Amino acid sequence: MGLPAAIIFTGFYFVPFIANLRYSLTRWDRITEPEFVGFRNFVNLLTNDDLFYKVLGNNLRFTFLVVLFQTLFSLIFAIFLVKNTRTNIALRTLFFFPTILSSVSVGMIWLFMYDPNFGAINLFFTRLGLEGFALNWLGSESSALYAITFTQVWFHTGQMMVIYIAGLQQIPQELYEAAEMDGASRWQQFRNVTWPMSIPTTIVVMAYTTIQSFRAFDLIFAMTQGGPNNSSNIFAVLIYQTVFSELRIGYAATQSIFFIIVLVFVTLLQRKFLNSRYEK
Amino acid sequence: MIYKVSRIVSLFVFSILIIIPSLIVVFGSTKTDSEVYNKPLALPEKWSLDNFRFLFEVSNVGRSFLNSLIVTGFSVTITLILASMCAFAISRMITVTGRVLFSLFAVGLAIPGQVNLVPIFILFNDLQLTNKLSGLVLINIVTTLPISVFILTAFFRELPKEMYEVSEVDGATPLRVYRSIALPLSRPAMGATAIFLFVITWNELLFPLLLITDNDKRTLPLSLLSFRGEFFSNYSMIFTAVMVASIPMVVMYLLMQRSFIAGLTAGAVKG
Repeated sequence: MGLPAAIIFTGFYFVPFIANLRYSLTRWDRITEPEFVGFRNFVNLLTNDDLFYKVLGNNLRFTFLVVLFQTLFSLIFAIFLVKNTRTNIALRTLFFFPTILSSVSVGMIWLFMYDPNFGAINLFFTRLGLEGFALNWLGSESSALYAITFTQVWFHTGQMMVIYIAGLQQIPQELYEAAEMDGASRWQQFRNVTWPMSIPTTIVVMAYTTIQSFRAFDLIFAMTQGGPNNSSNIFAVLIYQTVFSELRIGYAATQSIFFIIVLVFVTLLQRKFLNSRYEK
Repeated sequence: MIYKVSRIVSLFVFSILIIIPSLIVVFGSTKTDSEVYNKPLALPEKWSLDNFRFLFEVSNVGRSFLNSLIVTGFSVTITLILASMCAFAISRMITVTGRVLFSLFAVGLAIPGQVNLVPIFILFNDLQLTNKLSGLVLINIVTTLPISVFILTAFFRELPKEMYEVSEVDGATPLRVYRSIALPLSRPAMGATAIFLFVITWNELLFPLLLITDNDKRTLPLSLLSFRGEFFSNYSMIFTAVMVASIPMVVMYLLMQRSFIAGLTAGAVKG
């Protein structure tokens, strides 16, 4: 009974996966026949491609910042909203709301928010007299990636918060009562009860956020298409551009392989780090 | 004291950060462009649906809406059928086959289907599945199968074994046990998975962008993206299009908040 699903999945996931390995050894523009070039694409990519390293750096920075802030904010909001009061439930519904929108919609909304002339962000800073903060957020190389990072965190913090709330509500209430009897402050309660008890949830949240950040193609494509000057480019967008703008199928396939390697590496590293915390 | 103040301040700030952009979009869709630019937050001078009328006249948005509905409907239904059958098989087989099946999809979960962008593009061109809604349905099924199998396997494993065993003694075939016992019991899990799949399929951009060039075959996110090119910085029209693309989700969210939140978090937790 599992056969239909397994066949479709093998045919359109694993078979393409293998085909990708084959393409990576060729030079191919889809007009002429593919030409076998051995590992030349790999050598080129590693030794002679500044753009690749720039995108690698962007992607790692983006993932690190999104994971850090999304985990942090979702945990904080979860702690604030953990009790099932009416206001808290209403706020949870509100915070969760962006999650149901499409990345393209969110991209369009924040394009306007960040607009240098009319956007609400700059309007806010100028009203406060902080003209120095009124930047061309998405149009300048130094801020575009961070502006998108903020949008991504805005987009999915509510979803992770709900996961944290479910986790926090599992923590036995007696632990807090005991801590309070010992005269523990709120901070001490957090450090000695909430944080250690919520590490399993943190593992889930961080793992999911990591994959999510590697898949931020839609949002970045809608907002900047990786620009200006590739300052907000990440792997998925780069691969897409190599296929469609440059027609270099073989090279794009090689980029995909490195994309997978980086993704697996980051996931394993994170798991190792969190598991060592868990065992302590 | 510090706790209370920081709680109220941060909750307030995040609420504002969600409410203001939402209001700008809702108001903006009924305003003229100059109103959007000069007073983005003010109430519209007169509520009118002219933007919506105009959008449906000049663009293919109605067609895209229908396409999205068709693609999402078929993708979600077929994925649910295939994934629930597979999950049922995995949870009933303690043998090697079950474990192999499970790890097959585990790989798919750790390495999302998006990394196959290049070979899928080539393969779908060779099979002439580009510019076809059926092609989109197929690739949606492939990318969402792993997570669906995971959620449903976790659920089927929690069902008491006796439920199955009794009917097997009566001589029921596995397909019959699946249909008359497993499926009816799994309604809540199927519902949660359906919502999760509905949201991600409805909002998917990457593969439509890769496989669709024909105007008449665009899905909503793709149209929305093209409006940005056509209307450039004509934000009242862009906001109108955002409204059209989001309204089905928002209405469903408001009607079924609980199931929505449960569904979208099940996707993350079980994955």
